[in-house]
Amino acid sequence: MLLSVENLTVRIGKVEPLSGLSFTLDRGEILGLVGESGSGKSLTAMAVTGLLPLIGGRISAGSVVFDGTDLAALPEARLRPYRGKRIALVTQNPMTALDPVQRVGDQVDIMARLHLGMDAKAARARTVDLLNRLRIPESRTVCDAYPHQLSGGMKQRIVIAMALAAEPDLIVADEPTTALDVTVQAQIIHILGELVRERGLALMLITHDMGVVAQVCDRVAVLYAGRLAETREAGPLFARPRHPYTRALIDCIPREGMAPGSLTGIPGLVPSVAQYPAGCRFHPRCLHADAACQQVPEARPQADGGSVSCHHPMEADHG
Amino acid sequence: MSLARSLSSVVRALRSPKGGISGAWLVLVVLGAIFAGVLTPFDYDVQDLPGAFVAPSATHWLGTDEFGRDLLTRILYGARTSLSVSSIAIGLSVFTGMVLGAAAGYLGGAFDRAVTIFVDLTWSFPEILVALILVAIIGPGITGTMAAIGVAYLAQFTRLTRAQIMAIRSETYIEAARSVGASGSFILFRHLLPNALAPVLVAAMLATGDAIILEATLGFFGLGAQPPTPSWGAMMSSGSALLFKAPWIIIFPGLAVAVTVIAVNLFGDALIHALDIKTRLREV
Amino acid sequence: MAEPLIRAEALEKRFQTGGGLLKKPRAMLAVRGVSLSVERGEVAGVVGESGCGKSTLARLILRLIEPTSGRIHFDGQDLTALSNTDLRRQRRRMAMVFQDPYSSLDPRFTVAEVLAEPFRVQREAPPAGRIAALLDQVGLSAKMADSFPHQLSGGQRQRVGIARALAQAPDFIVLDEPTASLDVSIQAQIIALLSELRQRLGLTYLFISHDLGLVRYFCDRVVVMYLGAVVEVLPRADAAPRHPYTRTLMDSTFAPDPRQRKVLRALEGEIPSAFDLPKGCAFAVRCPRASDACRAARPVLEGGEHPVACFHPF
Repeated sequence: MLLSVENLTVRIGKVEPLSGLSFTLDRGEILGLVGESGSGKSLTAMAVTGLLPLIGGRISAGSVVFDGTDLAALPEARLRPYRGKRIALVTQNPMTALDPVQRVGDQVDIMARLHLGMDAKAARARTVDLLNRLRIPESRTVCDAYPHQLSGGMKQRIVIAMALAAEPDLIVADEPTTALDVTVQAQIIHILGELVRERGLALMLITHDMGVVAQVCDRVAVLYAGRLAETREAGPLFARPRHPYTRALIDCIPREGMAPGSLTGIPGLVPSVAQYPAGCRFHPRCLHADAACQQVPEARPQADGGSVSCHHPMEADHG
Repeated sequence: MSLARSLSSVVRALRSPKGGISGAWLVLVVLGAIFAGVLTPFDYDVQDLPGAFVAPSATHWLGTDEFGRDLLTRILYGARTSLSVSSIAIGLSVFTGMVLGAAAGYLGGAFDRAVTIFVDLTWSFPEILVALILVAIIGPGITGTMAAIGVAYLAQFTRLTRAQIMAIRSETYIEAARSVGASGSFILFRHLLPNALAPVLVAAMLATGDAIILEATLGFFGLGAQPPTPSWGAMMSSGSALLFKAPWIIIFPGLAVAVTVIAVNLFGDALIHALDIKTRLREV
Repeated sequence: MAEPLIRAEALEKRFQTGGGLLKKPRAMLAVRGVSLSVERGEVAGVVGESGCGKSTLARLILRLIEPTSGRIHFDGQDLTALSNTDLRRQRRRMAMVFQDPYSSLDPRFTVAEVLAEPFRVQREAPPAGRIAALLDQVGLSAKMADSFPHQLSGGQRQRVGIARALAQAPDFIVLDEPTASLDVSIQAQIIALLSELRQRLGLTYLFISHDLGLVRYFCDRVVVMYLGAVVEVLPRADAAPRHPYTRTLMDSTFAPDPRQRKVLRALEGEIPSAFDLPKGCAFAVRCPRASDACRAARPVLEGGEHPVACFHPF
């Protein structure tokens, strides 16, 4: 197993926005991390990439074992060689990841020069090759462009090229396509999927869109208010979601032939960290909640792999 | 409603330590200026030559000047000149600047270009130079000083208001108001000006501090209020010749200027926090 | 056939940008000869990607911006010919809900002040109880009347935006991506609310969106736009698309079901710039079916019930 997260718990000051997350991710696999805004998806990405100190947070319990090393136990200085080289991060807004005053080709080159010790010429050859594989037309010309001269989809592909340049083992992509047009999103999702299969990368894809998850992910971890609701393989999860929250999230996406009025959304809001309810955190918004839900549910292992944290998991076939 | 909201921000500013201390000083100076006549037994313009150059004592707390006039009395009356000249000048400047800036930002076109050229021109001269030229034209005295200070700061408020109006004009709530049929003047008075007001007021507060210095400077050069009307700048000017003989004559008016200007700036700072407009200023 | 509520004819909007001291301004056609009608009681959808002119079209139809040419008829009346006073009177009957629930409410206004504005504009006071009734209609508690926008969540703000649109009991509402800035769970809530309001109040909607899946769920008829022009009008939401671009949009919309994974075909070519449109079909550079004819001339929108602007439609 390339990445194995056990009981990951994160504290920021007095609050504990993430509690007891466990999931795994292997080479050649795409794990979808889904949930509404405020569920803790981005924090999980920051915990895995060791960026929590940036926002004053820390891993207070649990482990993040990457290729046999527990990153949670490493000091910053020993973490740095992992970041960028073996674990790459792709963020939602490509503009914040690119330096506006540097040509994009140089920004991709530097990754290979820094992490693989390549000389300028070899690095540029690799960059052009990478851009071609990401289906960037006229890649040599694009290398000489500044970020502001490129479209949003193009910039996001440059950011992905930067992430790939150092040949990482794991890519953490935090809503990589949310800011993009749908046709561009489809292209980028497609390219990411291809790269994972071809190069044996592991991809952790963070999104709020169950449609995107269904399209590319092998396994899915559903996050709600800082806890894992359900984690299973994509096929059975979509066919028979067992956590009511998973079911509700799937039902938020309009499908072909859906009857009018069947799209209702999830009542209420994700609670803020300071106001997490006691017991199952989803129970105030859950149609199946009863007295038992005042207790924190255990993560129950499932016959088809994965686990579900619910007192009343759903059995019926879905859709 | 809006007035109540502005008042509550002032109250919030006063609650912070910075705002509280600086606010207290400003209230003290204003009260001193208003009640100067009741607060001291002396007159600011009656000379008592035998009693000249008396060092600070129980009778004359801050000593007397070269004509034997009580220095504390003259500082209190001088506060009247300093504060009223600088605040009236800034008030006029803010009002004119907002009208010009709002009209430029709202109307655009040729008027906007004309205003921008005027603003850029005055902006490229230091305020003191603009003020000196204007006093030279209008002639020394309180009216001349006010006009000079007012015009010297006009560019700043025009530019700030214009920038605010332009930024707010592109907010969706302006379009929303238009979608329900709001006219141009409705949008200007209900949305644009109220939202532009807070940053302009804070800038005005901070400019008042500068204006006090500018007023004192003009007074120091003998271009401000004419004798025997006391002004802090003129008092420092006459004290500068007697620096070693009677240092208190220059020190106390100087302190009055310095502490008051610091207080105005600190209070402006506290107001920025209370109005929570730092982020909005940054956005602009 | 009865006159549709909205009938736009050959709308065109040209924007000039970049003009400066030393630079020549460049002109861009944001909307190119768009004609469309919205029948009473229907939900008409306009779908397209960023830069396709759908938001400009929405504003042209409400005459929030002036068309360079073309006409808009609202209930038989030519909006483009109305004086400002008459237009303001007509604005009672039409309203708009905006995409960004954060910047669409004046931060200095309470919810009650936001909802009173449509009345103030018409120089009247909101009738007693109207504010509370509006809040109730959009599922907000009357206690929220005194809240400021920054105290509300995105979904709650958008409900306030909808209540503002309902204030004068309009016939027609333009919904400009009302859920694009919201979480999917909140998006579904807002769509459900809009459906319910339409049935209860007999409203007519023009729904602008980039999400073909959502448009096909919510709308009766769908207008597909690409680079300022209409390329196809789906007569029913579930009609099979005929234009290759609409096909591409369909293929880019993912169903929440791994059994329905789309086989993605990489789109070649970049979207042309609106400042420099090709002579032929604007989609030709990205289109798998494009021929020399497509690059030589622009196809026009034609085809009766299910019009499409394409030389090689499906």
